[in-house]
Amino acid sequence: MSTTKPLPLKSRRIEPLPSPSDWSFELIERYHEVIKQTAERYELDTYANQLEIITAEQMMDAYASVGMPVNYRHWSYGKEFIATEKNYRRGHMGLAYEIVINANPCISYLMEENTMAMQALVIAHAAYGHNSFFKGNYLFRMWTDASSIIDYLVYAKNYVADCEERHGLDAVEAVLDSCHALMNHGVDRYRRPGKLSLTQERLRREEREAYAQQQVNDLWRTLPKKAERVSEGAEAKRFPEEPQENLLYFIEKNAPLLEPWQREVVRIVRKVAQYFYPQRQTQVINEGWATFWHHQLLNTMYDDGFLSDGMMMEWLKSHTNVIYQPPVGNRAYSGINPYALGFAMFTDIKRVCEQPTAEDRSWFPEIAGQPWLPTLDHAMRNFKDESFIGQFLSPKLMRDFRLFSIVDDADEDELEVAAIHDESGYRHVREALAKQYDLGHREPNIQVWSVKLRGDRSLVLRHVQHNERPLHDSAQEVLRHVARLWGFGVHLESVGSTGEVKQRWSVNPPSDD
Amino acid sequence: MLQHIIDRRLAGKNKSIGNRERFLRRHKEQIREAVKRAIDGRGIRDLERGENIHIPKRDIAEPVFGHGSGGNREMVHPGNQDYVRGDRIERPSGGGSGAGGSQASDSGEGDDDFVFHLSKEEFIQAFFDDLALPNLERTHLAEVPEYRSYRAGISSDGNPSNLHVLRSMRGAIGRRIAIGAGSRRDLRHLEDRLAHLKRHLDPSPHSREISSLEHEIAALRARLARIPYLDPIDLRYRSRVRVPMPSSKAVMFCLMDVSGSMDEARKDLAKRFFILLYLFLTRHYEKIDLVFIRHHTQAQEVDEDSFFHATETGGTVVSSALDLMIEIAHARYPRDEWNIYGAQASDGDNWHHDSGRCRLLLAEQLLPMCRYFAYLQVAEEEQNLWDEYALLTDEVKHFAMRKVTEATQIYPVFRELFKKESAPA
Repeated sequence: MSTTKPLPLKSRRIEPLPSPSDWSFELIERYHEVIKQTAERYELDTYANQLEIITAEQMMDAYASVGMPVNYRHWSYGKEFIATEKNYRRGHMGLAYEIVINANPCISYLMEENTMAMQALVIAHAAYGHNSFFKGNYLFRMWTDASSIIDYLVYAKNYVADCEERHGLDAVEAVLDSCHALMNHGVDRYRRPGKLSLTQERLRREEREAYAQQQVNDLWRTLPKKAERVSEGAEAKRFPEEPQENLLYFIEKNAPLLEPWQREVVRIVRKVAQYFYPQRQTQVINEGWATFWHHQLLNTMYDDGFLSDGMMMEWLKSHTNVIYQPPVGNRAYSGINPYALGFAMFTDIKRVCEQPTAEDRSWFPEIAGQPWLPTLDHAMRNFKDESFIGQFLSPKLMRDFRLFSIVDDADEDELEVAAIHDESGYRHVREALAKQYDLGHREPNIQVWSVKLRGDRSLVLRHVQHNERPLHDSAQEVLRHVARLWGFGVHLESVGSTGEVKQRWSVNPPSDD
Repeated sequence: MLQHIIDRRLAGKNKSIGNRERFLRRHKEQIREAVKRAIDGRGIRDLERGENIHIPKRDIAEPVFGHGSGGNREMVHPGNQDYVRGDRIERPSGGGSGAGGSQASDSGEGDDDFVFHLSKEEFIQAFFDDLALPNLERTHLAEVPEYRSYRAGISSDGNPSNLHVLRSMRGAIGRRIAIGAGSRRDLRHLEDRLAHLKRHLDPSPHSREISSLEHEIAALRARLARIPYLDPIDLRYRSRVRVPMPSSKAVMFCLMDVSGSMDEARKDLAKRFFILLYLFLTRHYEKIDLVFIRHHTQAQEVDEDSFFHATETGGTVVSSALDLMIEIAHARYPRDEWNIYGAQASDGDNWHHDSGRCRLLLAEQLLPMCRYFAYLQVAEEEQNLWDEYALLTDEVKHFAMRKVTEATQIYPVFRELFKKESAPA
């Protein structure tokens, strides 16, 4: 961002834009035009926007298939749809006002039932807030390729449909079920994936299938190369040489019994998981950014004379609902609301820039008193939830939210309050909250430990316990899925912090049925 | 910056239907059970509505690796009231407290069953799963009551009103060119030769050749002139084919004994059977007529309500109902337009001299006109009517009979009666 202040308004409007409750295409265009101009004054850098009007049913549909407009078919999406629809019909849940897809052009869904004020809110929130985040944030720049995701999903859908036709619904469903169980462990956390391209993907697939199969065959070659060297070689060789964290990748490349099409399905699930990996790490910062910007943009438009009072009241009401944070103990409490925290943090950073207190100056010497636009831009581009909170959560916010930290140690009878929003606790609370958003902290750390190449070919996974936290009982069930993909027995060891194995699970090789 | 507003409202409706189908397919067994229970349990009149299906949560769970309870964890919460550092709080019972790791309950419904609504269509679909209309194949192949005529290109014979002038003339031109080609070529050569002889040389030495040339030319001209301008083989007609259309109309005759021995429970059984049959037919025919015939010693045609609810007393003469059915079928439902189905329910009690006549009526008149005739006895004991009917079962494929004494047996018996026939007779 080159400027430090918003660009000047070209011309103030005497009369606000019409504000009937019903939207029309023409009105949406006019509002969008103004929102766009306002966003340009703040120099929000976005992908081109594509606004799509959809029905509530289509919204639920998109909702159910992980927010994507196309996806391969799977029963779990059907289940999700049924659950969503049920809640919606019963009125338990309002539908999401918006779904936005990290694609280029960026697709934002506007629901038919929304009023004009809501459409304006959604456009500002999704088409400018989220959109600029997708384009600017380092995780998205690094991990996802917005221009090809839709194409890739079309390819995935067709490929899976093709497999269903060729190998039967049951066979495909079994592989997908197993892959989904491992989806969270199917991402490269540190290595940057190559860009996806539909044509390349298609061209390379057959080549890859043939090659992968050959590699696998080589690994599992049972004929000894030289008889006398087998005994010593087998003892010494360890496979994989280093533990592997991407279980799906390891399976795709090394599972001995998978058919080529099954490998490709594993790959598809893995690619989709990888695409969502940044989103899972940027809930607070992403929603906060979008919420901050719809608030900022719509308020600016009001100041410039574009919005009527009624319009303001309407979207502010939704806005207030969205950023409501019920306190702990409240019936509605279900953890920290990412919208509330994210919005408060960006607003607070702006405050620290514009009106820093002495406290702010000592906590944030590098941003206090600086121009707010570049500061926010910097925060959006270079952080994820964990680091964003670790860096920017201010003492004032901790006081406002009345944040406190509770330690739950299974060895103790009672919970202990570790820190609260006071002078001695700020750093501790901030650190604890930041850690809470660390995926590595939230999800168990499970890696491929070894494969008994010369024995029963079983696969050994290892879980390294974090803070002595054991695995959930569903581990056994998941292992069955691993075994289905691997084709032989699978063992899982849970290792405590001192290195001793605390728990073991084993699954026998899947029987042929 | 380019921007579009795209109206997607009409496109892609029901996009998730494929996912839903897969979901239903996966839980087919539970759904089948639920449908069966629903049919046993609820009144048959409201059969044509959906049904809520309960599936235990654990059956639809998708397992992932996650943290269980235990270990040491720290959670930050908002809204501190009066805690200070070092306070010790009693562990909330139940162990959950929402303080979970990645598994924080987003489903939010605890351990309840997963409940969803099966739509009317899906309910009926599950209900009629792997049933097929008996002898449907044969109906299509053998007796075809209606025809529809379709255009089917051009043919070389037909009726003058279908004459395709353009195609006929085109054919004629082609034929004339083809047939005359050789002669015309020869003619051209001869004429050239003749002209050559006449022009350049003293004709006298060649006079013989010239005259023979002229002779040949005349012959060729005559032959060419004889090629007809339009020949019968040129004629082309618009062709239409008649395609047999299976009739989409069916009439279902419900025959029931309402004599004193038929109590409410038995009538209820019969009713369920009739409605099952009706639902079954609605899957296959666009238009279905219902004819209700009740009988004791005499038969009469009644409306649905009095059919099921009025009680009569007295003896039983079953053949009276069959006679009336034959009469109505002849009068109102010509068999080349209607698919006729018959369903008869009785407790098997009949005036003993009448049963033989019933069998004859059925065998000689009714069965030849019916697609299917089912007899349901709602009592256990086998009386003479059952014995007489039993003689028919081996001979006639589209006649079936079963006994039912309890509501729960209705559905299995119905399925058995209308079991998919592997090979059409």
